[in-house]
Amino acid sequence: MADSHQTFFEDEELIRPIEQTGPGFYATVVVLLCVIAFAGYTYVRQVIYGLGVTGLAQPVSWGFYIINFVFFIGISHAGTLISAILRLSKAEWRRPITRMAEVITAIVLAIGGLHPILDLGRPDRMLHLFTDGRLQSPLLWDVTSITAYFAASTVYLYIPMIPDIAILRDRGIKPRWLYQFLSWGWQGTDHQKRVLERAINILMVMVIPIAVSVHTVISYIFAMTIQPGWHSTIFGPYFVVGAIFSGIAALLIVMIAFRKAFHLENYLKEIHFKYLSTLLLIMSILWFYFTFSEYLTAYYGHEPNEMRVILYKFFGAISPYFWLMGVCNFIIPLVILANPKTRTIPGILIASISVVIGMWLERLIIVVPSLANPRLPYPTGVYIPTLTEWSLFAGGIAVFILGYLVFAKLFPLISIWEIQEGRDHSIAEVTDRLTTYLPDQPLRKL
Amino acid sequence: MPRWGMVIDLNKCTGCGACVVACKTELNVAIVGPEESGKGRTMLCMDIFTFYEGEFPNVKTRHMPRPCFHCDNPPCTKVCPVRATYRNEEGLVTQIYPQCIGCRYCQVACPYTVKFFNWSKPEWPKEMRKALNPDVSVRPDGVVEKCTFCVHRLQKAREQVAVENRELEEGDYVPACVEICPTGAMYFGDLDNAKHAVNKLKRSHRAFQVMEDLGTEPKVYYLSEMEIE
Repeated sequence: MADSHQTFFEDEELIRPIEQTGPGFYATVVVLLCVIAFAGYTYVRQVIYGLGVTGLAQPVSWGFYIINFVFFIGISHAGTLISAILRLSKAEWRRPITRMAEVITAIVLAIGGLHPILDLGRPDRMLHLFTDGRLQSPLLWDVTSITAYFAASTVYLYIPMIPDIAILRDRGIKPRWLYQFLSWGWQGTDHQKRVLERAINILMVMVIPIAVSVHTVISYIFAMTIQPGWHSTIFGPYFVVGAIFSGIAALLIVMIAFRKAFHLENYLKEIHFKYLSTLLLIMSILWFYFTFSEYLTAYYGHEPNEMRVILYKFFGAISPYFWLMGVCNFIIPLVILANPKTRTIPGILIASISVVIGMWLERLIIVVPSLANPRLPYPTGVYIPTLTEWSLFAGGIAVFILGYLVFAKLFPLISIWEIQEGRDHSIAEVTDRLTTYLPDQPLRKL
Repeated sequence: MPRWGMVIDLNKCTGCGACVVACKTELNVAIVGPEESGKGRTMLCMDIFTFYEGEFPNVKTRHMPRPCFHCDNPPCTKVCPVRATYRNEEGLVTQIYPQCIGCRYCQVACPYTVKFFNWSKPEWPKEMRKALNPDVSVRPDGVVEKCTFCVHRLQKAREQVAVENRELEEGDYVPACVEICPTGAMYFGDLDNAKHAVNKLKRSHRAFQVMEDLGTEPKVYYLSEMEIE
């Protein structure tokens, strides 16, 4: 559709996916819509027949929905937090990554934020949260911080997109009204650029504490109760570390997938994967440190109720998942990423997938064992999810992939103006900046 | 203001289960089939723990009825996001069923696991439908239920007392489980009122609360079993 009179445009590759759509896209969309439709059907069935259609029971009355809630919100830390930190620290290699990361956040946060509603016995009374909400309840803290994070991260995604939307508008890509509306009259004047830069600077600083608060508060849902295995002071930071960890892994998977699908090899170079995978490795070690501290304190204290939960995790019915979590989250990433020979893109992909699975298992290991082992002498609880829970889980993932694909078809996944800015200004800027790092040279005789 | 509480004498309890049955009929607790029950969805406000000691043939059983402990410092009411469960001024921890959104946070937060959830629409066999207690609402599916210490009986007793123009006395308000107990193992009354039996019994050297170290201050006291020589 590109007009012949269009002037030469360096980043043609970034716009091509928006202008041309192959049959593969439609096939994927149809498959995803089928998965989503089935999930919708099982949810309607759950609303009609009650939560009895799930595998939940006494005493394990929280299951997949809460696990996936924590998991999806964890993934959402990929985006905004990583992109904000990279922007703030002036890491030049961030340029092709930030938007891909931010899109993950916006979509996954919407999915994760809706998960507690799936879990409600009376979703028809959901508005009681707003009309009669008790701010003393950690669930209300969640509602507050997740909505704040969603608002902040969508704005943080949108604002840096305005110049790119204007590029699309100027190329006359359909639907024109959409780009016309969203570009907000961007002409690229100096004043507009200054305002844009200022807005991004404010947002990136603001978004970091909000992102940290979100996962801290989610951990508080568990930590504020006095249940063994949950009532722990390190849960806040532990959850934040886990969230960033799974977020980076999800970001790497998305980057590798779209690099292949959209032929972005020229933009997402090996160096980007090397840097991000180093971050992943650091987070893996940090995650192990937190897990180790958490279990050692509980084990050493040997409090009987804590021990019942720990022994259930170590040797009980759930133990295969517990040990698999350790392998997925620590051993596999450590072995692959610490070795330069295996730190290739396929290797990073394997490590990232393993981390995403491992972090999901971690949420399972946190939620279920504490509930399955009540303090009073009840039999140990059993939780076997039914088709309803599995299909809603698959539905959640399908919504994410569909959302990402639709986004990628409407907007460039890699920020065009930021790449151009990098090309035009940053090299000089970085050289200038570098000289300020160095000790001042005494004047030498020439 | 009274502080309603219960004392259960484990010496007298035979584990007959009358309290469980009385509770189930009094509070219109839904009946689930054997299949659901096997999944762990049995609904009981009052439950009995049975402890087995020793090996066959020298087996000893101990029983322990377990209502809601109506804590003075309840972990469940703290976490409710919509004010559906709260502790009223007389110390009863109650559940407002039409307000409950079914998030099950209170159920998860209770260290005694006494709350339970309506997993499916409640159903009664045809013969039992007319036997439902008209004083207690029938709960829909998707809400959390709990023992109420038969608070509807308190309302009734208050009205009765007002008609008779006298003060509320011990025995005017007793939950169904206490009323039915054939061995008189359960006592109920105002814990702070010196005229009530529970006030004296809770200070017995045999008295204990379940997991008092958690600081929940349960208002159900047990009198421990003693060996009779």
